[in-house]
Amino acid sequence: MKLTGAEIIIEVLIEQGVTDLFGYPGGAALNIFEALYNRQDRITHYLTAHEQGATHAADGYARATGKTGVVVATSGPGATNTVTGIATAYLDSIPMVIITANVGTSLIGKDSFQEVFITGITQPVTKHNYMVRDITRLADTIRNAFRIAGSGRHGPVLVDVPKDITAALCEFTPAPKWTEPKVSSAPLSELQKVAALIAKSERPAVCFGGGIISSEASGELLEFVKKAKIPACHTIMGTGVIGFGDELDLGMVGMHGSMAANHAIDEADLLLAMGTRFSDRVATNLRDFAPHAAIVQFDIDESEIRKNVLVDYSIIGDLKMELRSLIPLVEGKERPEWLEMVSKWKKKYNVIGGKDTGSIRPVDIMCVIGEKCGSDVVITTDVGQHQMWAAQFCKQTRPRGFLTSGGLGTMGFGYGAAIGAAVGLPGTTVIHITSDGSFHMNMNECCTAVSNNLKVITVIFDNKVLGMVHQWQNDFYNKHFIATEPARKTDYVKVAEGFGARGFRAASIEEFEKVLGEALALDGPSWIVCPISSDEKVLPMIPNGGTVRSAILE
Amino acid sequence: MNGKKAIIGLLVENNANVLTRVSMLFGRRGYNIDSLTVSETYDPMISRITITTQGDDRVIEQIILQTKKMVEVKAVQLEDENEAILRELLLVKIGADESQRAAIRDICDIYKASIVDFSPSSMVCELTGKPSKINGFLDIIGKYQILELCRTGVTAIDRGAKIMVCENKESHRS
Repeated sequence: MKLTGAEIIIEVLIEQGVTDLFGYPGGAALNIFEALYNRQDRITHYLTAHEQGATHAADGYARATGKTGVVVATSGPGATNTVTGIATAYLDSIPMVIITANVGTSLIGKDSFQEVFITGITQPVTKHNYMVRDITRLADTIRNAFRIAGSGRHGPVLVDVPKDITAALCEFTPAPKWTEPKVSSAPLSELQKVAALIAKSERPAVCFGGGIISSEASGELLEFVKKAKIPACHTIMGTGVIGFGDELDLGMVGMHGSMAANHAIDEADLLLAMGTRFSDRVATNLRDFAPHAAIVQFDIDESEIRKNVLVDYSIIGDLKMELRSLIPLVEGKERPEWLEMVSKWKKKYNVIGGKDTGSIRPVDIMCVIGEKCGSDVVITTDVGQHQMWAAQFCKQTRPRGFLTSGGLGTMGFGYGAAIGAAVGLPGTTVIHITSDGSFHMNMNECCTAVSNNLKVITVIFDNKVLGMVHQWQNDFYNKHFIATEPARKTDYVKVAEGFGARGFRAASIEEFEKVLGEALALDGPSWIVCPISSDEKVLPMIPNGGTVRSAILE
Repeated sequence: MNGKKAIIGLLVENNANVLTRVSMLFGRRGYNIDSLTVSETYDPMISRITITTQGDDRVIEQIILQTKKMVEVKAVQLEDENEAILRELLLVKIGADESQRAAIRDICDIYKASIVDFSPSSMVCELTGKPSKINGFLDIIGKYQILELCRTGVTAIDRGAKIMVCENKESHRS
């Protein structure tokens, strides 16, 4: 059967199980959209306001569902607008396929209208990318893109297709959907060594990250820590795996992590790092990180071993499978003194969350969301203070339920991600936690939520400043507040209504409870603006290069 | 970057931009490239790259693991300087009048360098050898006026029957 290149693209997407696309059309992409027109029975395209929003949506879709997110964009500015979203997915190892159209082959390299060398631009932020110049290679190239994006350590793959390739005809042979075989690859003897270390350890701790979620190993992780009776902390990418307040839950680790987590790492004699790469926000001081511990690092990506922190042992492989092999080898060992110590830290520092400011407080807002929504919602965040509060006080236990830009720290990520999550999980309420700073970056995507009647509730922590930078200027730059007090007059309720969404304001926690109830009763998107004090700080804080011993507590 | 010199051999798919990808990886991760050679192998689908770099053991380990991860990289090995045959080609143009020619020719004879071009005021010498030999030759010849110099950078192959083979055959040509 001879198909056009554009039809081949769409047929391979269908073959790979794609049902939803996020994107934006344009001249070079017209053939692809024409092919899509004829296959709307199988694939729904979600038009966003901006290609950045489309990439964040595909990313949020992937994070929420575990499926590979797909973006279609046109050449030139369409392609460059995807870059921040691609880099966001790359830094957090999210599977994504981005199809960009380019100008025709004969126009490439001539600085033609809407031409950019997007494969060159995105090389450092993709797992791999392709420019298709041979139509006979098109179908397999897109299949390869899905295989690369969704295998091993996940990541984004971009395929750039010149317009004439989308128009050319070629024989198309369907192929089955690719799925990654799950295998345990670490030798049993290595796992036995780890089990022996655990048996010997008096003060073991687990630190896990996004790798647990990527490999769908949340259940195995819980089974492991419960069986071995090891307290566990997580990076921001591992939020939602272990129950908040669970006896073994230490909370988040790192710069704004809990004192219990950071103390536990500081005192542990054995640290089991699982699917985490010891970023500078986790290991704030590389030389003094887990100073008393033997470190065992589990990762699917061998190049992560010893990249940032020197470790004593490593297990390379898929975490789900390695944990399944490890669990039968470990025994529950009672370590009453250690658990006592952990529980003391948890009690002692439980009060952290700051002082009463006279305004509605982020910690209380997060608690109300937790109480009202339980674990039924997906939470997305932007980046900054609100992101840390959301992570610190996120009460829900739901892997793939807390979507945040951990690695790149992309302000403006949250709304697109919320749209993607709402599309990927129909019927699920998505709560987008943001701030006045981050929300101004990509609030335009509200139109997308309105067009598709997506139940995304945006909670804006409005402190009138760019809070995280403001906090650093306050603490480390002699209160020299520059470029962080924008004096904006945005009326969020009016803007929400202007987009066709509902807008609410909540100045007290009682009001918040009430309007959250109203927002939850709606079918479509709404915004709740909460004017918080600009004095609210993210605490505790371990300054760059510091350890838990130099944590700022107030 | 401080550390030891290391020579890394790569087999890569001979696709457009593959050299950019490899060099960009070095650039973005802050690894040094002291020299790089690349050419097609007997299999036109595969190219061989030899990179001379520096770093402590951890950096070299990272370089190997990071390059190994690249989709188009088919094999990576750390060349053992004592086991592998390392070669480099030097072309050097020396300003020399009639009175200096004989002396330069003597030096070339000792190093087995060839004189491949000659003009009333200059001569071009060609020398192939391991980097230390090239360096030695340049130390001596450096007392004459060097007008132009180019070195290809190191290329390397193992001695004996050991060969470098592609670890997978899949193609990413598009």
